Amino acid sequence: MSMLNSDTEIERPGALGHIRVVELCTGVAGPYCTKLLADLGAEVIKIEPPGIGDDARQRGPFVDDRPHPELSGLFLHLNTNKLGITLDTATPIGGRILRELVARADVFVEDRPPLLAKELGLAYNELEKVNPRLVMVSITPFGQTGPYRDFKAYELNSHHAGGEGYVLPIHSQEPDREPVKSGGISADCVCGLSAAVAALAATFLASSMGIGQHIDVSKQDVLMSLVQNHVCAYANLREVHSRLGRGFLTVLPMECLDGYIVITIVTDREWRSLVECMGNPAWAQDEKYLSWIGRHSNAAEINPRIEEWARGLPKDELFHKLQANGVAAAPVATAEDLARSPQMIERGFFERLVHPVAGELQYPTTPCRFGETPWRGDSAAPLLGQHNEVIYCERLGYTHEDLVKLREAGVV
Amino acid sequence: MGRGQALPSAPLHGVRVVDFCWLWAGAYATGLLSLLGAEVIKVESMARVDQTRVMTFTLGKSFEGVENSSVFNAINLNKLSVRLNMKHSRSVELAKSLVQVSDVVGQNMRPGAMEALGLGYDVLREIKPDIIMLSSSAFGCKGPYSNYGGYAPTFSCGSGLAHMTGYADGTPNPMTGSTDLMSAITGAFALVAALNHRQKTGVGQHIDLSSVESQGILAGDALMEYLVTGRVPHRCGNRDRITAPHNCYRCRGEDKWVSIAVRTPEEWDAFCDAIGNPEWTLEERFADAYGRHSHQDELDRLVAAWTIERTHWEATRALQEAGVAAMPSLSNEEIVNDSHFKHRGIATTVEHPVMGRQVVFGVPWRLSKTPAPVRKASPLMGESNQYVFGELLGLTSEEIADLEEQGVIY
Repeated sequence: MSMLNSDTEIERPGALGHIRVVELCTGVAGPYCTKLLADLGAEVIKIEPPGIGDDARQRGPFVDDRPHPELSGLFLHLNTNKLGITLDTATPIGGRILRELVARADVFVEDRPPLLAKELGLAYNELEKVNPRLVMVSITPFGQTGPYRDFKAYELNSHHAGGEGYVLPIHSQEPDREPVKSGGISADCVCGLSAAVAALAATFLASSMGIGQHIDVSKQDVLMSLVQNHVCAYANLREVHSRLGRGFLTVLPMECLDGYIVITIVTDREWRSLVECMGNPAWAQDEKYLSWIGRHSNAAEINPRIEEWARGLPKDELFHKLQANGVAAAPVATAEDLARSPQMIERGFFERLVHPVAGELQYPTTPCRFGETPWRGDSAAPLLGQHNEVIYCERLGYTHEDLVKLREAGVV
Repeated sequence: MGRGQALPSAPLHGVRVVDFCWLWAGAYATGLLSLLGAEVIKVESMARVDQTRVMTFTLGKSFEGVENSSVFNAINLNKLSVRLNMKHSRSVELAKSLVQVSDVVGQNMRPGAMEALGLGYDVLREIKPDIIMLSSSAFGCKGPYSNYGGYAPTFSCGSGLAHMTGYADGTPNPMTGSTDLMSAITGAFALVAALNHRQKTGVGQHIDLSSVESQGILAGDALMEYLVTGRVPHRCGNRDRITAPHNCYRCRGEDKWVSIAVRTPEEWDAFCDAIGNPEWTLEERFADAYGRHSHQDELDRLVAAWTIERTHWEATRALQEAGVAAMPSLSNEEIVNDSHFKHRGIATTVEHPVMGRQVVFGVPWRLSKTPAPVRKASPLMGESNQYVFGELLGLTSEEIADLEEQGVIY
């Protein structure tokens, strides 16, 4: 299952083995963007501030519940396959070294607030003078322009600013309760994923035309685009959507014997299969249920009936029985369920990587199996400053004495 | 393309995609490529109508005919469309000819369906060795669940994302149709990665995407928690694992809320200043992050007593001026009327031949040199028959008419 443990697996270069990336990011969205590139073979040099490093190092979950900057499961996950250096980019020499790195890169991903980025000399029109092919990606809460440009936002704020929070939990029955954000770090990760699409479209053009560009990624824009059908429903039809229950057919998970199952019925064929799985009960024979719109309009009658049937059955039994009959169903999985999923295990969704401090751990890898260029299981996340020697001395040509001086000055 | 040529308006100009995708999860993957400038040719038929042309179950609507769907329009912008009824072997041959002059194939039928049509990757690679093919399916096309199907709720529930979304004391929530688009963006990412690889090496490949896994990885922090601590994490509404206040608070007005996240000690001090340093902020139990997190129920009530006196924008502005992260939980109506949204301009309008003027979203980023504009509305079914069968594949008008007669082009 693991490339590291398997002697028979022949290593092939990753899809992005020819792309060099410099990352000046912290937290989730930016690091997730470059992780996606690193996992496909790109060389990613991650720049962290000396001393404390990336904010994610301070946040759990920690390996064996031992809080330590090298043991953050969050950081370890978001920074696989990268090279790590430390650099204080706010110092004049630090700024110069950053520009040296960027001059040699295909992609530069940064997530500094627009005002600060300017102070740091990270203006694209300056950087492109030394590297016209450079693709620079700026990932910020509200983008580089517009009235909210300098607003601060964490993932919670971005998700609610993006419009999906307001309609979650969908089909809520509790009008007095607050809207909620999507689970975990998913909203920030989507922003990083989306930025990676733009970055690779731009490198594709840069390779053929020799011209890079600046990509301004606003997390709010990305998250709004995910609920574009809600936004456009107002823009085009003046429909205001809220999270309160609209009684849709089989969209919400239903409680079953040992958890929850979601059963999604869209087509007539799926409906007939479900009715059959339920043992053709008399109530389901009503001809108003024959069309989707008929079922949808009568969801308030149908949903409780299906729920009643499902309640007595275990989720896995329902899952396999329904799917075997062509009904889209899935149990609501927990992290443990996924780690034990026969499907994910067989597909090699988890890989083991060895980290000098955290040891050997399993990591989730990728939803995409590339036929020719598999996910790269080369290395776990870098230790803070792990690759300073390699990058400063071997790559940029600084002497060991220079590096010592830079260290003493607190730049590295 | 090459050096010295004029810069195109979009970065994937010159890339051609044969698009067998349907539904949101498939269509928006190739839809992003078409927004990015690729020529995306949707292969469809009255014998197999993309469900989103006639209805949307996540918004609970059905549409009259096949040309009246705003949701189909939204995620199929810039695309072309041909009609091919795959029940005819001649259709399959024409599809192959199209693949021969294309760079990418996208499809999200059930695993095995393309193979059954004679259009599996192994066949397509024979006729176009460097073809890149995306196969997107609910659970992936390999493994014991490969025959299992799914829609957006299947993905979010099967992936662990729904378990992590919702109130701590409530039921798991599958989110909106956004989860389809998460899978689609993942597909677009895989395709642009493979295009970069092919550009460098000349080698194409097949990509097997699992929509469930596409969301499992986005909720990767939950997986990591289990993998590194053995604990199974649970949803917690808006709350953060270590800091507080971190929630949505009710404001003046009907169903108005502001999200506030205070993480660092500096932000806590700034927050206290911004709300006028009421006495409770000095209580010892709120003096450090641990105390605030341990007493967040009380803290949330106290914060809400401040927000309820203000509109969500008043609260937001007061806190942002102090350097505290705050934003209203915006409704779709508020977004459309918002000055920042208008300024950013990611939404635009297109003229649809049947529905008329439609507000739609273009690419969600600003690209400085190749802005990747929305060029046209989604295609009417078969609107590009003449261009594709005539110009690209070299059929005469008579041959095309014959194929229509025979129901091949249907």
